[in-house]
Amino acid sequence: MSRPTLDRASSKAAASDPALDLPGRWRRPRLRLGRWSAPLGIAGALVALLWIVIAILAPVIQPHDPLAQDLPILQAPGQGTFLGTDALGRDVFSRLLSGARVTIPLALLLVVMSVLIGAILGAVAGFFGRWVDELIMRVTDLVMAFPTVILAMVIAAALGASLLNAVLAALIVSWPSYARLTRGLVLGLRTSNYVVSGQLLGFSPLRSLWRDIAPNIVGPILVLASLDIGTAILLLSGLSFLGLGAKPPTPEWGSMVSDAVQNFDSWWLGVFPGLAILTIVVAFNFVGDALRDALDPKSRTLRGGGPTL
Amino acid sequence: MTTSTATRPPRARSVSRGGHPFARYALRRVITSLLLVVGVTLVTFILTNLVPGDPVAAALGQRAAEDPAIVAQFQSEYGLDKPLVVQYFTYLGNLLHGDLGTSTTTHNAVTSDLSSALPATLEIAIGAIVLSVIIGVVLGTVAAYRRGKASDHVLRVVSLAGLSVPTFWLALVLYYVFYFKLHIAPGSGRLSSDFNAPPTITGLYTVDALLAGQLDTFLDAAAHLFLPVLVLTLYTVGLLTRFVRTAVLEILDQDYVRAARAKGLPTRTVIWSYVLRGASIPILTVVGLAFGSLLSGTVLVESIFAWPGIGSYAYQAASHLDLPGVMGVGLLIGVMYLLVNLIVDLLYGVIDPRVRLAS
Repeated sequence: MSRPTLDRASSKAAASDPALDLPGRWRRPRLRLGRWSAPLGIAGALVALLWIVIAILAPVIQPHDPLAQDLPILQAPGQGTFLGTDALGRDVFSRLLSGARVTIPLALLLVVMSVLIGAILGAVAGFFGRWVDELIMRVTDLVMAFPTVILAMVIAAALGASLLNAVLAALIVSWPSYARLTRGLVLGLRTSNYVVSGQLLGFSPLRSLWRDIAPNIVGPILVLASLDIGTAILLLSGLSFLGLGAKPPTPEWGSMVSDAVQNFDSWWLGVFPGLAILTIVVAFNFVGDALRDALDPKSRTLRGGGPTL
Repeated sequence: MTTSTATRPPRARSVSRGGHPFARYALRRVITSLLLVVGVTLVTFILTNLVPGDPVAAALGQRAAEDPAIVAQFQSEYGLDKPLVVQYFTYLGNLLHGDLGTSTTTHNAVTSDLSSALPATLEIAIGAIVLSVIIGVVLGTVAAYRRGKASDHVLRVVSLAGLSVPTFWLALVLYYVFYFKLHIAPGSGRLSSDFNAPPTITGLYTVDALLAGQLDTFLDAAAHLFLPVLVLTLYTVGLLTRFVRTAVLEILDQDYVRAARAKGLPTRTVIWSYVLRGASIPILTVVGLAFGSLLSGTVLVESIFAWPGIGSYAYQAASHLDLPGVMGVGLLIGVMYLLVNLIVDLLYGVIDPRVRLAS
């Protein structure tokens, strides 16, 4: 950008001096996984991967058309179909598989968007301070003054029931936690030597944020994001359960559980979609937990010698 | 809660303002909460008024909405022709008079709907928060003390799994198993059909029944409480366990705890008077948070047990897109949540002198 020679010189100087923090370079975190969290994290990653594969392959592997109402209604599992049929004669198993195509991409989209919006606003607030900070943080205070599901419900109801509106509502309630986290991290780094020295070299705020600060705050943000995928799935399926998300006949897991309340005898209608939500949320949470364990030494379960009482 | 103020550089304290430090601290917290209440009303106002959807067409029907004279009359009647700021103050005025509009599903005033539904929700919410705080503190402390051991890992997996369960599904499954299959739990609602509601004093059936001396009504009401409270407890206990574990771990590393142990105090004394006392601030914080998730939980769970609280009301209003009803629930729960967090903040000041003196 402005002065490439100086930039190169500075990074060379930094590289030659091991005592300095390396600016603008990825410091590979040492992945030290706890004895227990590693297998759980791997198991979680495998289950999550399996669900993603299912989501991709659903049209090929589903035995029936998930929308076709051509089977006998409310058939128990094993009597002709694997997981039974619903009140309209649709195959529950096929709906379950294609439900993965609805929930997983939307949850991932939701998390990516909240990370982007939250991190950018939080970084701006932390870096520039003053009224920008005040404005952004008061908005996060306001959003966080509500319990998440409640505010999402209120927004989704005002926007009208649709899956996209549910995602939008979930987005509005989700970004502030990233803004707060990022702001705190940026505030902590803003006055550190290598960021100040970059600014003394004439780095623009954008460059300072991107080259010096961003690489050092990405870890905690990613950990929060990985733990948030599960929350996003729960939030979206919860909104659908309330009738504020997916519209019939979309095979969404939360609304499938909601349909099951109507047909209490037919336990398979509710049990399996709920298990689908549970397994994928557990999977993502185990991955996130293992990641946090590896990246954040403070939360590590295995620290030398616990207290002996 | 204003975590942001903590990171700001300390301002010069004005010595001129006298008063008890705790009173000043409390006053500032109350004012912050009041501002947030105003913010909450602003959110519901904006959502009710600025969101796409033409209120005139919705209220009058499409044909009348095409007649400019009728539209103008309607707008002036409801103040829709006034500037938004004026509309907002009218809205605030209505709220202060307890007017939250009329539900389009029940055709009652939202305020009266909510006030009759609130005690039912409070009954399960209080039960669940008490239960989950007790269980969460015990399990979290155990996990912290046995850090790295098998029991810690088991608790970690269980609480993580607990956080991952969709509450509404858990409610459905437990209801099916305990009521429908095993016939252990009583059916839906707050009381069996052969019982009458006890005379209203607090609105909580269990308490009212005891006050009226009706033991059998009390037992029936308590039995009906069991499943909803269990579901909500399972929902919040994972969160509490994890936070308490972290908070206790922090404290266990402190020198004063080591000193207490070194001088040979019994474990029970160390835990109660040193560790949990030191960890009480983060624990209180998470209790406030847990209350929020509990209120969210009631919205997802109550309808399954046909529990006549604000959760069922919210479910009904949401699924019928009944905007006044939904906004009323949002406003009520938002204010309740702020109130709980205000109490938590005030308790900080009671517990920890540093909070009220330093800030």
